[in-house]
Amino acid sequence: MGTRTRLRVTTALAVFTLAATACTGGGSGAGGTGGTAGKGGSLPRNETLYTTGTQWGPPANYNPLRNWDHATGTKGLVYETLFHFDPDEGKLTPWLAESGSWTDDKTYEVKLRTGITWADGKPLTAKDVAYSYGLGKIEASAFHSLWSWLSDAKAVDDTTVRFTFKEARYQEWDYTLYGQPVVPEHIWGSRTDEDVLNGVNDKPVGTGAYKLRSKTQDRVVWERRDDWWGTKALSMTPAPRYIVDVSNPSNEVVIGQLGQGQLDLSNNFLPGASSLIKSKKVVSYYDKAPYMLSANTAWLVPNTTKKPMDDAAFRRALAASVDTGKIVKGVYGELVKPASPTGLLPQWEQFEDKALIAEKGFTHDPAAAKKELAEAGYKDTNGDGFVENKDGSALSLKLAVPSGWTDWMEAAKVIAAGAKDAGIKVTTEFPDQNALNERRGKGDFDLVINNERQLSNTPWTYYDYIFQLPVQKQQNTVNFGRYENEEAWKLVQKLGGVKTDDTAGMKAAVSKIQDIQLTEMPLIPLWYNGLWSQSTTGTWTNWPSDAEGAPKAAPALWRNWLEMGGFETLTQLKPAK
Amino acid sequence: MRRYFARKLLIYGLTFVVAVTVNWMIPRFMPGDPVSAMVARARVSQPEAAEAMRTYYNNLFGFDEPLWQQYLHFWGALLQGDFGISIFVFPTPVGDVLLDALPYTLGLMIPAVLLSWFVGNWIGALSARRKVLDNTVLPAGYLLTAMPYMWIAVILAWALGAKAGWFPISGGYSLDIQPGWNGDFVLDALHHWVLPFLSLFLVALGGWAIGMRNMIIYELESDYSSYLSALGAPQRLIRRYAFRNAVLPQVTGLALQLGVLVAGALVTEIVFAYPGLGSLILAAIQNQDFFLLQGAFLFIVIGVLIANFLIDIVYVVVDPRTRTGMAGGTS
Repeated sequence: MGTRTRLRVTTALAVFTLAATACTGGGSGAGGTGGTAGKGGSLPRNETLYTTGTQWGPPANYNPLRNWDHATGTKGLVYETLFHFDPDEGKLTPWLAESGSWTDDKTYEVKLRTGITWADGKPLTAKDVAYSYGLGKIEASAFHSLWSWLSDAKAVDDTTVRFTFKEARYQEWDYTLYGQPVVPEHIWGSRTDEDVLNGVNDKPVGTGAYKLRSKTQDRVVWERRDDWWGTKALSMTPAPRYIVDVSNPSNEVVIGQLGQGQLDLSNNFLPGASSLIKSKKVVSYYDKAPYMLSANTAWLVPNTTKKPMDDAAFRRALAASVDTGKIVKGVYGELVKPASPTGLLPQWEQFEDKALIAEKGFTHDPAAAKKELAEAGYKDTNGDGFVENKDGSALSLKLAVPSGWTDWMEAAKVIAAGAKDAGIKVTTEFPDQNALNERRGKGDFDLVINNERQLSNTPWTYYDYIFQLPVQKQQNTVNFGRYENEEAWKLVQKLGGVKTDDTAGMKAAVSKIQDIQLTEMPLIPLWYNGLWSQSTTGTWTNWPSDAEGAPKAAPALWRNWLEMGGFETLTQLKPAK
Repeated sequence: MRRYFARKLLIYGLTFVVAVTVNWMIPRFMPGDPVSAMVARARVSQPEAAEAMRTYYNNLFGFDEPLWQQYLHFWGALLQGDFGISIFVFPTPVGDVLLDALPYTLGLMIPAVLLSWFVGNWIGALSARRKVLDNTVLPAGYLLTAMPYMWIAVILAWALGAKAGWFPISGGYSLDIQPGWNGDFVLDALHHWVLPFLSLFLVALGGWAIGMRNMIIYELESDYSSYLSALGAPQRLIRRYAFRNAVLPQVTGLALQLGVLVAGALVTEIVFAYPGLGSLILAAIQNQDFFLLQGAFLFIVIGVLIANFLIDIVYVVVDPRTRTGMAGGTS
């Protein structure tokens, strides 16, 4: 009896084990083939840079035209642009291009460097550049709008590309020059439009300093190309032989990995980063508040199609009610800076019209907010402490920020409390991010917070974000508040047509726009979000900082930031030992 | 025997169809529109370009068709092993994304389920006849089984990972290692596997131990045990009979518990940032990736059904009554 029982249990066990091994065996095999071409073993720690903060899921594709979801570094490490932009100096630096200039008002000529080769050994020519820019002609292309004002991109000879314009938008063109990647025509030319726009491009061949080594679900590994052209032409060599970008795990995990020195650079907002910096566990650009460089402005966006937000006086009163100082100190621990009344980033300080701001700028002042409301005719008729609409109906606004964005959720509560002090009833709601984005696009909201416009070569990108017309059924990227002001939009377009070396002309145009902006207050600037960057010094040192002699580049691998100092940071790193 | 399996297969087939249909429906009734999200992410400002892009994606994912057609196409593609293209990891096929994650989830689930079952039953059976053991196993078992998976996961991560520093608290393998079939990777992966495994194992363990203990006590007090005892049979033999009877409900329980365990594994993976299906499902929900979500659930449904089917087979082996019943049925 005893043996039979045992036998049966063993049979059961055997069945289970068989099933188990069958499943695991199959799964692992497939995982292996679907995974990498990588060799086993580990990367040498002292030659590898571990980064995180850009990628939020498995690396999706290596298509530089998809600069919103390609794997971190596809554009910047593998594919390069004609120019880079130096936010510190405020000017373009030639990259693939040796030089570029306007030969007349509507013609721009780029001279390429000689001796640049693709990773497969073929030379980079002007044809590649013309081809790459020409890809915008495909209707479903993300930069199709370029071709509404560009009329031709032509390779004149092997190293010269001539761009001719229907309408010269100088400001936007500079932005394009350091934003648009150049791809090899000899590889891409035979692809279908669909493959060009949506292909995975899993064997990326670029001109850049790195090539793809391997990829798995949670990381991508880049390996340095020792024959990169920049080593000779620019006398630059990125220090890490390998760059491993890890998909962003949770904040707790990142903090743990930073603490153990496993991660070298985290480009993610970490709550409590200031205490990590103060205790010297990590370093950042500044060693005291605000710790980080500023990367973008967080705005309070009122929906100007709804009452009473369609009233400039009400928007101004709302602006004066916001206690930004409390958000900066209480919510962020001074990781961010309060925004100027114009919302222009510190890097654009020269464009602020100081006299105008002194006259029309706003500060946190509940008394002034109350006065403004009273003068505009908003009264508390039922004595509940909150003002009513002009027609006497109840006034209650909802401020929506995405659920789980804890810093913004706290900030929203501070804004609601500030509004209450001024007599405006604002309640907070925290819907799912996707649902909120959809409602925002359709204009189905009262108040939201948004910070999607990043630092660029020109404040024009900010004004385009604030004033762009016409308002569409769906507002995906700009003017979420659906603010309509023809005059302002004309001024913005005029600014777009000012040559980028004409600083005085830009200032004059910006000043006029600021006048409208401060009076009308279509968006309320709140604070400058940081260029989140926490690094450890166990393996790599010489991180950018404001200390004397330290590099001044922007230490970020975020999309489109590799061209704004991220790549330069890599070349300035030094091994710790 | 044939009729028994035919009936079982029919039931599993029906369950599969219903589960897959529900799978297909759920993401489509979630709030939000994935194509809008995709277009918005692309930061296309020009309305014509945005419209062209939207049309393209709608067409690509088949959202421009009426729902019933989408449903039929879904089945057609599914039967050819095509799960569609992921929106979140665009443009990778969902099948590839899932296959990369599957080994981790299976490697966690299968040992946790089986070992907790065997060890739990063993401890339960032991504790049923030793007072001292019973006094400790019972409260400990209740405590463990009542613990939410993520809670025990967090405690383990804190105690054994953050404080003691014995085990890494996140990821499926170290940052500096590349997956491959070599000693370094396997050891490293095992090291990362311990904590998520333990948290699944411990919670399930408690339940099985309590169940087995109660069953054994019940069986030992039943008539046949008393009868055997009156006949003067040795205690060992009686216990053996009791165990064989007690284990049957536990096998059924295993089939019933599988779904719960899968859910637990998903939560545990998220806590430990383990690169399995759980983390993918979370990301798919956050990014409204219908196809990835569908595919992941489908894998889980298939997995649970297969496991249940195996348990049915095991039942035939361990329970002689099933066989007798089948023999009677066919003759």
